[in-house]
Amino acid sequence: MAYSDKVLDHYENPRNVGVLDKSDPNVGTGMVGAPACGDVMKLQIRVNELGVIEDAKFKTYGCGSAIASSSLLTEWVKGKTIEEAGKIKNTQIAEELALPPVKIHCSVLAEDAIKAAIADYQTKAGTKGSKADAA
Amino acid sequence: MKKPIYLDYSATTPVDPRVAEKMCQHLTLDGNFGNPASRSHPFGWHAEEAVEEARAHVAALIGADAKEIVWTSGATESDNLAIKGVASFYGKKGKHIVTCKTEHKAVLDTCRQLEREGFEVTYLDPEPNGLLDLDKLKAAIRPETILVSVMHVNNEIGVIQDIAAIGRIARERGALFHCDAAQSTGKVPIDVNAMNVDLMSLSAHKTYGPKGIGALYVRRKPRVRLEAQMHGGGHERGMRSGTLAPHQCVGMGEAFRYAKQEMATEIERIRGLRDRMLNALKDMPEVYVNGDLERRVAHNLNMSFNFVEGESLIMALKDIAVSSGSACTSASLEPSYVLRALGRNDELAHSSIRFTLGRFTTQEEVDYAAALVKEKVAKLRELSPLWEMHQEGVDLSKVQWAAH
Repeated sequence: MAYSDKVLDHYENPRNVGVLDKSDPNVGTGMVGAPACGDVMKLQIRVNELGVIEDAKFKTYGCGSAIASSSLLTEWVKGKTIEEAGKIKNTQIAEELALPPVKIHCSVLAEDAIKAAIADYQTKAGTKGSKADAA
Repeated sequence: MKKPIYLDYSATTPVDPRVAEKMCQHLTLDGNFGNPASRSHPFGWHAEEAVEEARAHVAALIGADAKEIVWTSGATESDNLAIKGVASFYGKKGKHIVTCKTEHKAVLDTCRQLEREGFEVTYLDPEPNGLLDLDKLKAAIRPETILVSVMHVNNEIGVIQDIAAIGRIARERGALFHCDAAQSTGKVPIDVNAMNVDLMSLSAHKTYGPKGIGALYVRRKPRVRLEAQMHGGGHERGMRSGTLAPHQCVGMGEAFRYAKQEMATEIERIRGLRDRMLNALKDMPEVYVNGDLERRVAHNLNMSFNFVEGESLIMALKDIAVSSGSACTSASLEPSYVLRALGRNDELAHSSIRFTLGRFTTQEEVDYAAALVKEKVAKLRELSPLWEMHQEGVDLSKVQWAAH
């Protein structure tokens, strides 16, 4: 199967690989997928008091397209507010990376991952009962 | 060293240059281009001679008589002819077939088709090492069983079934025995009489011959009958009509002749390289060899690199040509059905790579490949959330995953 240049670029030089401190109240963690299905994505975001994503890190078990989708997503969400990041659609990722039809599920997984990370952050912020509600 | 390095000899082999040279002598006006079925002139006679000489070489490799060899387009056609041919001819006697879950799709899908036509098929589970438990086979054969079909060497994991014992069991119980030997010619000695085989599928292109030709061994004593699946001019004693391709037949014959001559020394050289590769990789953490390592062909190494997904690993290994699962299914996203049948969990099935070495593999290539695999597995594990969880001591089987 031939991969697009953008997939190959992200696969060979993945951006923002790593881990943020899960226990940090400003960090939201989303883990989606299942080993049985051949892909698992872990996406973490650190959100500042203005509701802006300051940093994003990922780790992905999966095919080249799954790795590229999550790498691209971390680039896109940095600097965005969580509202803006929550609006990113899988179709935008699929289009940017020119994913073939059999790999669309990789972009869906990436969209699920950012939504899960945001939800985790909001739950944590909610239990803190604080400023994030204003964001 | 030329890259990419070819380590996918079980998918196909290059034609041996000596074979290609001989094939070229059977194509053009200057060569032996006749129709072997032409009876009225020397062009036909010479072509027939070449085809019959080739048939004898094919027969010799498996201990058969040349009259027992039927040319086909390849092992897939041979499997179809053997299984459907027996089902149509002996269907009145019984409608039950026994096979194994790790057979090639050419056998499994043919059996599925027969199920749609009213036959009943038992698909046996192999043991975790890939081999059949003979007691389970005995228990599965019934009075109405007409055929047992078990492959000699598995295409994915390279394990060698005990064909002689399986053949004996089938014969004692009055069932015919078909064996797909596409992966074993030139890799393991074959004797259809000692192995109690009634029908054997053969392929040229897995043994340094050309693609597009194979053969089916059909026992004459006692005689095995087949209903033809291809009708026409009555070639191949009515079992498979269609003008023979002398250049292809000659290619298969030459390839099998060299296989018989050179197999003993070739296997040992390749085993040395395979073991060298295995030794270089086996001490990495969380690496598993799939299938029995002892009862296995010398050129196959199938390993799972836990916590790394196979397709991304293949992408990282672009300097070496290997496969994940079998070539026939690698376009799909399903993990290998063979590894699943061995009871490997999904993660390990998704993480498998098949390395298959061959006649032209060098030590330099094997060393390069092993170093590359080590480097890339380490890199992908750094990217893997599963590896991270494993390092933290999380039991992945206990995690609630959001399956999608």
